Amino acid sequence: MNGFKKLLAAGVLLLATSAAALAARTDLVLGVVLEPPHLDPTAGAAAAIDEVVYANVFEGLTRIDETGSVQPALAESWTISPDGKVYTFKLHTGVKFHDGSTFDAEDVKFSLDRARAADSTNAQKGLFAQIDTVEAVDPATVKVTLKQPQGAFLYNMGWGDAVIVAPESAATNKEKPVGTGPFKFENWARGSSITIVKNPDYWGTPVALDKAEFRVIPDPAAATAAVLSGDVQAFPFFPAPEARAQLEADPRFKVTIGTTEGETILSINNKKPPFDNIKVRQAIAYAIDRQAIIDGAMFGLGTPIGSHFAPHNPAYIDLTGTYPHNVEKAKELMKEAGLQDGIKVTLKLPPPPYARRGGEIIASQLREIGIECEIVPVEWADWLQQVFKDKNFDLTIVSHTEPNDIDIYSRKDYYFGYDNPAFDKVIEELNVTSDEAKRKELYGQAQKILADDAVVGFLFELARMNVWDAKLEGLWVNAPIQANDLTKVHWTE
Amino acid sequence: MTPFLLKRLGIGIVTLLLASIVVFAMLEVVPGDPARMMLGMNATEDAVQALREQMGLNQPLIMRYLSWIGGFLTGDFGRSYTYSVPVAQLVAERSAVSLPLALISLFLSTVIAIPVGLYAAAHRGKASDTVAMGASQLGVAIPNFWFALLLVYVFAVALRMLPAGGFPGWGAGVWPALKALILPAIALALPQAAILARVTRSALLDVLNEDYIRTARAKGLPRNTVLWRHALRNALIPVFTILGLQFSFLLAGTIIIENVFYLPGLGRLVFQAITQRDLIVVESVVMLLVATVIVVNLLVDLSYAVIDPRLRNA
Repeated sequence: MNGFKKLLAAGVLLLATSAAALAARTDLVLGVVLEPPHLDPTAGAAAAIDEVVYANVFEGLTRIDETGSVQPALAESWTISPDGKVYTFKLHTGVKFHDGSTFDAEDVKFSLDRARAADSTNAQKGLFAQIDTVEAVDPATVKVTLKQPQGAFLYNMGWGDAVIVAPESAATNKEKPVGTGPFKFENWARGSSITIVKNPDYWGTPVALDKAEFRVIPDPAAATAAVLSGDVQAFPFFPAPEARAQLEADPRFKVTIGTTEGETILSINNKKPPFDNIKVRQAIAYAIDRQAIIDGAMFGLGTPIGSHFAPHNPAYIDLTGTYPHNVEKAKELMKEAGLQDGIKVTLKLPPPPYARRGGEIIASQLREIGIECEIVPVEWADWLQQVFKDKNFDLTIVSHTEPNDIDIYSRKDYYFGYDNPAFDKVIEELNVTSDEAKRKELYGQAQKILADDAVVGFLFELARMNVWDAKLEGLWVNAPIQANDLTKVHWTE
Repeated sequence: MTPFLLKRLGIGIVTLLLASIVVFAMLEVVPGDPARMMLGMNATEDAVQALREQMGLNQPLIMRYLSWIGGFLTGDFGRSYTYSVPVAQLVAERSAVSLPLALISLFLSTVIAIPVGLYAAAHRGKASDTVAMGASQLGVAIPNFWFALLLVYVFAVALRMLPAGGFPGWGAGVWPALKALILPAIALALPQAAILARVTRSALLDVLNEDYIRTARAKGLPRNTVLWRHALRNALIPVFTILGLQFSFLLAGTIIIENVFYLPGLGRLVFQAITQRDLIVVESVVMLLVATVIVVNLLVDLSYAVIDPRLRNA
């Protein structure tokens, strides 16, 4: 090589590198604690599935945004019949699935019919229970007729479990998800990471990132090290709150505390004596010191709740004062219930730290009023079987993470064993009401009934601590729905 | 030699068969329904039943055992309930991490332990022996996950020389993949080396007290020749026994290290499969590990015969 060529080569190299330095980064490695079992959000309950594919790979008719409100997605607009039973969706045209096939009204009909079919394995089949018929009027119009008006129908269609899939690829979405979203699935190194890349043919606003990798890091100490070393640049739902002060002090990172839809409760088996006696449940409510649990088990992260509702919801009312922490009153109620000599119960704890650490504190708080808890740690699969399905428990701690799920207290045969016709009536009315002001009022009534009845021990709303690179923007701070929406994420520089 | 081999093989096959029954029966007893686990708390009962049907969980127990074991014999390990990919593929992917990691750790622990053990035995009772054995005592006492975190903070967070964890896959190139395995291999190897060094030293000391060593020295052989040619070879049997045990441990017992370094290895696969009740994966991987342990033990037995000619006709 002669001198001139060398110089030229060096010049080109210099140009190339400086151009790269000027353009902002377009890649991102994001840490997640749990690996999804598969990637089909219409066939599994795991939050980890939605945390990869929701809004990124798959889209529904509507979608939920960061504030928790419903936005149009594949449906450009819709009209609702005066009786509230017929929804006519106008779809976007020119939309393609990642495999190149065209999206139209037939795909919507296929997806909704598949989710509510007899052999459906949709984890939220209840979302579709009110649908009577789905009709593809023309390629860009879908008419959904409901059995009865449903106030939350548009919200329900925004769930990850209601995304639109294509008949050609529905069967293989578990391994190779094919959606209409702004990112395409690229690769899944099982046990390690999932990579998605920009979809160049996306119908809507193109995303700023070219590539995003979801890296699975289950261990809190490892997560801290991965963030500190820069191996991952974002970790929403960071699993090591103990490292908060260290990360906050470091100008490289931005640390935020967001809210979730996780109502963390001390579930009580309402059917089983002595818990069928409201006095005993009230005694438990008085015995619980919420702030002590939040400080002791959650490193101070979490908002106390007095009923089964998320504090960031506009319809939330603060009922934490219904049964304030009062040991004397609790003891009195135990006496009135004839249990002044104390009782022995079991407290079954699933694996998350909120349950295992929170359980120790609750057990000591209940001991003060004569309730002796035998702590039984259980695995998730075991919990679902013993506690949730067989209802073989006295007390347990769990976070109900589904959004807007106050209606679970009206479900027949649900594991708390709560049965109150007055409450059921409010929920029934709520289901057929779409007027926002009226819904808000009904939500208030429902919260109040649950709080007064001390159905379960309402503890706190699970918070989430997020940490990401200070130069990164557009990630969600709050999680009104389980998702890591990357559609607006970009690097500043 | 041949009857010895045949006998060992026969024992191995019977062990495998018994293990398959025990593993299958144990997982059936463990509470928890894979379908319910997958669909969570909001699932309707008919959705759970539809998924059970799809997974083949509604078949009678004996049929499921036979179809599993039958598939096993024909090389079909079945499909993972949760990942819904062939189990063979999962195991192959995970072994591509666990096997090299185990081999590197074993190599590291051997090249560290044997010279240290030799040196300590040769200088028995002197200051250098005390130092070497003190260090190995420390190595046995330090928990490997703590040591692993220490390595991460020094080499990944502070010095930025090596990744803090994760595995890029062999597709990303040999060096990036090896780089990801260096810290976990060291974290696994040092505690093992500490044990091995102590075993080597005490095995050598036993041998050094034998009459034939005195004879060898008496006929004028130099100390080092006696140590290497006469003593070490005879001390190798306990050393190889420990090595065999360590390899089995390294292959399966690394869940903690795989967690600290978030490596997609076999240990994590089993752990995850157990919590998700992915029974078919647990059963298959456990069987594979049983088979590996049997083969490694066989190799260790064979190595005895190589080391000690007197055992060849046993």
